[in-house]
Amino acid sequence: MTSLMIGLVLGGTYALAALGLTMQYGVARIMNLAYGEFVISAAFATFVLFSSINLNPLLAMFIVAPAAFSISYFVYAILMAPLVKRSKKKGNLENDSILITFGLLFLVQGILLVLFGADFASYNYLNIPVNVFGITIAANRLIAFGLAMILGLSLYCLVAYSQWGITLRAVATKPENARLVGINVDRVAQIAFAIGGMLAALAGVVISMFQTFTATSGVVFTMKALIVVIMGGVGNFMGALISGLILGLAEATVSTYVDPGLTLASTYLIFLVLLLWRPQGLFGKGVVK
Amino acid sequence: MNDKRHLLKKLARLAMTSAVALTFSGVVSTAVLASEKSVKIGYAVSKTGQNSAGAGITTAPNYVLWVEDINAAGGLQLPDGSRLPIEIIEYDDRSSSEEVVRAIERLATQDKVDFILPPWGTGFNLAIAPLMDRFGYPQLAVTAVTDKAPEFAERWKKSFWVLGGGGDYSESLADVLAEANKSGKINNKIAVISVADGFGIDLIKSARPAFKKHGFDVVYDKTYPLGTSDFNAMIAEAKASGADSFVAFSYPPGTFALTKQSQIASFNPKVLYLGVGVGFPVYPKIAEGKMEGVMSLGGVDVNSAAFTDYAKRHMEVTGNPPDYWASSVTYASLQMLQQAIERVGLNRDAVSKELSSGEFDTILGKVKLEDNQLRKLWWTGQWKNGNFVAVAPATREGAVSPVIPKPAWQE
Amino acid sequence: MITGAKVSVAIIAFGLLALLPFFLEAYGLGLMIGMLSYVALATAWSMFSGPTHYISLATVAFYGVGAYTVAVLNEGISFPVILLIAVLIGLVLSLAVGVATLRLAGVYFVIFSFGLAELVRQLITWYEVNVTGTLGRYIFLPLEPQDIYWLLLGAATLTLIIGWLVRRSRIGLALRVIGDDEVIAAHIGINLTRTKLLLFALSASLITLVGAIQAPRWVYIEPSIVFNPTVSFLTVIMALLGGPHRLFGPLFGVVPLFLLFEWLSANFPNHYSIILGALFIAIVFVLPNGVLEFLDRFRLRRAKT
Repeated sequence: MTSLMIGLVLGGTYALAALGLTMQYGVARIMNLAYGEFVISAAFATFVLFSSINLNPLLAMFIVAPAAFSISYFVYAILMAPLVKRSKKKGNLENDSILITFGLLFLVQGILLVLFGADFASYNYLNIPVNVFGITIAANRLIAFGLAMILGLSLYCLVAYSQWGITLRAVATKPENARLVGINVDRVAQIAFAIGGMLAALAGVVISMFQTFTATSGVVFTMKALIVVIMGGVGNFMGALISGLILGLAEATVSTYVDPGLTLASTYLIFLVLLLWRPQGLFGKGVVK
Repeated sequence: MNDKRHLLKKLARLAMTSAVALTFSGVVSTAVLASEKSVKIGYAVSKTGQNSAGAGITTAPNYVLWVEDINAAGGLQLPDGSRLPIEIIEYDDRSSSEEVVRAIERLATQDKVDFILPPWGTGFNLAIAPLMDRFGYPQLAVTAVTDKAPEFAERWKKSFWVLGGGGDYSESLADVLAEANKSGKINNKIAVISVADGFGIDLIKSARPAFKKHGFDVVYDKTYPLGTSDFNAMIAEAKASGADSFVAFSYPPGTFALTKQSQIASFNPKVLYLGVGVGFPVYPKIAEGKMEGVMSLGGVDVNSAAFTDYAKRHMEVTGNPPDYWASSVTYASLQMLQQAIERVGLNRDAVSKELSSGEFDTILGKVKLEDNQLRKLWWTGQWKNGNFVAVAPATREGAVSPVIPKPAWQE
Repeated sequence: MITGAKVSVAIIAFGLLALLPFFLEAYGLGLMIGMLSYVALATAWSMFSGPTHYISLATVAFYGVGAYTVAVLNEGISFPVILLIAVLIGLVLSLAVGVATLRLAGVYFVIFSFGLAELVRQLITWYEVNVTGTLGRYIFLPLEPQDIYWLLLGAATLTLIIGWLVRRSRIGLALRVIGDDEVIAAHIGINLTRTKLLLFALSASLITLVGAIQAPRWVYIEPSIVFNPTVSFLTVIMALLGGPHRLFGPLFGVVPLFLLFEWLSANFPNHYSIILGALFIAIVFVLPNGVLEFLDRFRLRRAKT
């Protein structure tokens, strides 16, 4: 029971960190290797706001998230749009986006290193115990879990049932056809990328409340997020949510009942086995060829 | 769209030109320095990659501080009393073994520096040891904790190991715990976790027999992979194990997470010993000021004027306070190098000989190496009244008696 | 198409490179060692990933396994035998992995291969900690840098020769068809799985060999050192930059990038990341199809005028 709770809360964090990437890769088709750097930048921004003007991180969200949206919007316009345009003829957007976001990763990391140095950054906010069904959990972790659930479910519903969601899905599955029915594919992709950046920032704000981070720890988030996204099926928010929870649960149960030394091995194993069983991820519909 | 493309081209060109301009300015400044007579000292540390946090806290700032101190005094003093300024050549090893090896080759054969300062980390110090030996450079390996130090000092005669081995730390801890057990402050059960990495394994391997020797029963003993961020499951197990002492041979991110998560879980064992990171300046902030009683490796004698003075200058020059374990040892090793040069000059063989036989006056007090190893170190420390003070070896002057049981997290 | 002139140029180049250690000092040699290892890695990587468009991030899994094999066996067995064993282990491992994974496509394969590398690292760590009770192994082999250089030169040359042979063989042709269209490939009677598997295993074995050759240079080995994911990423980036569809494409990606990294980390140790990132982005815009194609087009343009 304890490990179930621990696992769910941990899984919520993983899911939260992955939502933005689902959006960016699933809809905008940008394989963003600098994703974790967006998460960490938001964490640093929150850290600065908190330690300089003592701004409550939950309020900081309302500054950081819109900022991340507009930054991502411009990043797409400057870096990605020309690549998308170029790739229409040759269809090698995937390679190009890997290369360019790899460059972006170094750029952002370098800037963070210059600004904040290599030291660990940490502050404490809502690091207070909360009793849930007799099990003590940190309040800030519960917030992460709750935010993951709310964002994940609402995005899922939005994509599944709203008009805008249909547009998104059209762009995600068949961009050529979407263009035929009068959808401005580039614009939708740009907004999707920006929303993805905003989700990454939200994750960064929340994670910074309980996890120590450094300028170079972004890669860890990128990789975790990629695994969650791929496991859930690209572009599927429900899939990301559930696979995040599965990984968290696996980690907690293995740690308690098997051996803490095998937690990471077990998450990769589950990921690999699941992919072999369903090559398109849990909820993937064979969209991405 | 065409406009955008144009803008992009412009930006690219701007980036290129500024890069070129930067290089030239770099070339010019080194050329100016080289024309003067100076002592060239080189090093490679991890400025990027997975090791950058450790190197950026303990190693790099001390190099900066030392050079600043020396050059402010007019330079390195030579036996004839003259002084030469230090010229630094630094490389980024990008946290890769291959890069650090090549950087040392470059420093030795291309830049022909007079002395090479060591990189950060046990693995990297070992990777460069054969090279330093072949090129004839003394190597004052600081951030390398290894029980094989005596063997290495034998293999590479010019290598010096100044931070002890895993066994030193774990045996000292076992002594401290045994003392507390004898006086009835804690029971004889210990729960211990360790990080699956050279450092953690070195410590746990020597800790098991040491605990046993003192009659302790290790009731929970697990190893977790590097990169673990959630310790709640392990904390729950340790809590349920009935042990009064909880020991974690952990690395910084893990140490921090353990601290926060123990607080949440109201896990307050009578002895809480965590690994690397407890002595970092950022630790009080992570523990929200509730770090009283937490134990770890290292520690300092806060009543030592030399240390407080050093900590003040470290803060002034680098903008951060030193850590409470390896920082002062790093600086002391540089002072040893400095004094050896002062006595015998720039000849590397003579400096190596002086390092292994001479006595030096450092911020750690008077030190003398034994078989190329520094043995006069603090092995166990504890947070007490806002300082991370040394508690063992208890016989050494400056040691403070440990507070056991540890006070509750509140306050 | 191969002319006698080209063969003799290749032989002369090889001969000159083989003589290099007699003229270079340690740093120059170290530079060549680093460069050659990436030439071998990127060429081996492209052998499989170029024609199939499967971007593999498992490079470091095999590279690390090679290095670890040396660390485990380095006492008592002669080095050539260790290398042979390493290659065999790489072969078996890659066949096992290949059978399971090659039916994945696109980004699923990319991340899968990354997960694989991490899984191998975690399992080795766990095994070392719990079964052998150590972590971190020492390699004290009497190998000088020039020995490693010659071995790497051999490995790189071998990789290029195999790459060349593959391109001329039926398999190479088959792979190109697969890369263009898997459906057509299946229709014209190509055994997809077997062809891909063969190439994957060949490429992975060569990568394992490179890891094994380089290991003695580091003296001390532990999983976080030899399974550093950066190796996988750099290999991909260098190969993609050079152009993975051509035999010498990766070579043209490795040399400039490697030198660029070296120059940046030496001259701007504190701003390395920023400049590297900016240059990288610029490169993607300026050289969309890799260095080699850029050179070709440049030559063509000059020929026209």
